[in-house]
Formats: sequence, structure tokens, C-alpha cells
Amino acid sequence: MVKITYHTHDNKTHTADVQKGLTVMEGAIQNDIPGIDADCGGGMACATCHVYVKEQWLDKLPAKEDGEEDMLDMAFEPKNNSRLSCQIIVSDELDGLEVNIPSKQG
Amino acid sequence: MNKTDVLIIGAGPTGLFCAHQLGIIGLSCEIVDNLDKAGGQCIELYPDKPIYDIPAVPECTGEELTNNLLKQIKPFNVKFHLNERVEQIKKTESRWNVKTSGGKEFDVASIVIAGGVGSFEPRKFPVKECEKFEGNSLLYSIKDKSIFKDKTISIFGGGDSALDWAVELSNTSKVNLIHRRDGFSGAESSVQKVKELNDQGKLNLFTKYQIDSVSGDKNIESLKIKHDEGEIKEIKCDYVLGFFGLIMQLGPILDWGLNINKKTIEVNTENFETNINGIFAIGDICSYPGKLKLILSGFHEGALAARGCFKYAKPDEKLRFEFTTTSKAAQERLGIKK
Repeated sequence: MVKITYHTHDNKTHTADVQKGLTVMEGAIQNDIPGIDADCGGGMACATCHVYVKEQWLDKLPAKEDGEEDMLDMAFEPKNNSRLSCQIIVSDELDGLEVNIPSKQG
Repeated sequence: MNKTDVLIIGAGPTGLFCAHQLGIIGLSCEIVDNLDKAGGQCIELYPDKPIYDIPAVPECTGEELTNNLLKQIKPFNVKFHLNERVEQIKKTESRWNVKTSGGKEFDVASIVIAGGVGSFEPRKFPVKECEKFEGNSLLYSIKDKSIFKDKTISIFGGGDSALDWAVELSNTSKVNLIHRRDGFSGAESSVQKVKELNDQGKLNLFTKYQIDSVSGDKNIESLKIKHDEGEIKEIKCDYVLGFFGLIMQLGPILDWGLNINKKTIEVNTENFETNINGIFAIGDICSYPGKLKLILSGFHEGALAARGCFKYAKPDEKLRFEFTTTSKAAQERLGIKK
């Protein structure tokens, strides 16, 4: 299990134990953390699992695949630290990862 | 008034196959969808991407699947009502009265909601004051391009719609194209064209900028855009266009008194009826223990919901289980000549 911390827009902090191999999006859904819709179910087809990754974690993440940046164009208020949480697979290196969930997904 | 046995909301693969199952058991149906074509997510999100888990179809694209389903229901002459969103439903004795956004009315015995993750709507600007100008000088789609002639237009987005309209409107209008990064998701040839036009001074391209604010009285007069590094530019313009693709919204379905949990409708697994008698939900929009959001699950759910609709459409008749291989009635309905 890996600890992932989700900061929701209402300034609440949710720390969840997420199984290795799952995505940061799946971790949020399984733990009922609000604000991640994941309409397409993890297919990189909708941009409704958009999160902002805490700066110090950015270069530890797997690189963006083709298509993720294209989908982020559609996200609500994308920033330089935006990622689709369905594309971040949880591993030991990400233990302690912190992400902020935007005020809305669309 | 359109009178039919069943109204299906949603023309995705699940809705289409449910229409087939209704046809086989001799019920009529009509389909309403908010998009301008059938196919739902398959057509809107991944028309060219191959799907590998349709039983007995090793590989097909979203578009091929849709076309094959349309071919499969052809014998039933199902009537489609596209570009329409169902707004209101009302129980009238034993039937339902349904109204759509375009003012169409239906009188049906039951309703099957096959709405996927909701209806597709344009994604909007995050800036609150944009709402004030929406539909007027701030648009998410173009119906009549002549209104832009000799005006200044600011287009936001990096996909094909944004690029194509920027190129097209640059012939008759002053165009600013604003995008959040240097890369574009649209076709490479359009990106090149936009860059050429920018070099020739025929349009102004601003990359790494996003919208900051809009101002104006009745119509937009100017807007501010903000660079990644914080610099703010003010641009005078008459129209703002946003092309950020589509998002799915449940919309009016939320107000019908259905048991909704995490944007899905709770159903039983015997016939996929909801907490309201005569309203069924199938496909991605329904939830029950063990629900899988697969197209094949939607087909199964549609087959059972169709049979669940029978008692509402034909309360005095008994439905017998039959196979299409041997049932004369089913084959007649399919228009098979022997």
C-alpha cells in the first residue's frame, strides 16, 4: 500500500492507502474522495480526473503519454502541474504523493 | 405527439441494441439523443479507436460498431430524434408524457434511459462573467458564420475545431487564436496553416495564454489573457469562441425522482427497472452490485429491460421466450423472407 494525499477544493485533506498498480484516479474513487469524476473510466478520453500535482512530485511521475496533454487542453483550468490522475500508476516511488483536486471537472 | 411503446434516451450502443431487442419481441420504440448522430461515446470519444471486447467481434472501431448496430435495427424502422435532450417526464395514468428541449412530445408506455454518462454539452470557460455573454457574443459553437464578418474574434482552444475556425474566419475577420501551450491536438496541416497565417500577419497566435477575464456592457468589448508566467494582455474583440470539446452532464435526469448514486441510476438486475415503475436504466448510466461499464454488459441489460417493458406496453398479453433461429414471429419482424 502507498499513501496518497488528495487535497480537495474545500481545503480538506484526505490521505488514502492505495494499492500499488492502481491509478491515482482509482485510489480516489475507491476511497470516496470527492471531485474526481472519471467519466470515461480511465481511458484518457474525457479529462474529468484532472489533478494538480504538488511541484516536488512532478518529475517523479511517469512521463505523459501522447494524448494526455491533448486531453488536458479540455480540462477545467489546466496549469503546468496538471495531470490526468488515471494516467498516474501508484508505485513505491510515489509513496506520499500529494495532489490537489480542482474546483470542478468541467 | 409521438405515440410509441418505448422511448429510449440515448443512441449509444446500449440504446441501439435495446431497440433491437424491443423490435424482436414486437414492441415499437423511438430514440432521442442530444448529439447530432447515433453512436454515443463510441462516436464522440473514440470513433477511430479499436474496441477488442465485443463478443465474437475480435476488433472494430467505435464507428464500425455503431454502423453495424444501425444495420442490425434497420428492419424495425426506428425513428431517431437527434439534437434533442429529454427535459421533462410526467406520469399520465398508466403511460408517460415526455417533452424534449426542441419541444417534441411523446406518449409512451415506458422509458429506457441509456444515457451513458449523461448528455454531451460543450465545456465552458472557467471564468464566471463569461456566462453573462453566453449565446450572444460568447459562443461554444457556430451556427451562422456571417455574423463574424469584419469583426474581431478571439478563439480559444488547440483542437481541430479551434484551428479550422481560426483558419476559416481569418479570411473575413480579424482573428486571435489563444491556446494554453505551444503544442496543438489538431491536425498537423492545420497547425502549419495557422502558423503561416500568423507569420503573414493574417491572424494573431497567442500560445501559453489562457483567459483571465472578459468585459463589456451588453456584448463583449475586450478580454484579458494571462501568460503562464503571469503577464496579462488586454485584447479588444467583438466575439469570443471557446472550443474545449464536450463534457457529459446528467442534466434534467437528476430531477425525475430516480435513486441516483455517484451520477448513476440504481436498478434491479432482474429487468433493470429503476425505483420508478416503467422507467428502466441500462448501460453506463445504471448501477447495481457488480456493474461493469462494458458495452457487452449494456447489451445484456438492454435485452432484459426490453422484456421488462413488455408488460407496460401490452398488459393483456403474455411474452413467450423465443429464439431468433426458430421463431417465425421474430423472423417476420426482422423482415426475413424464406
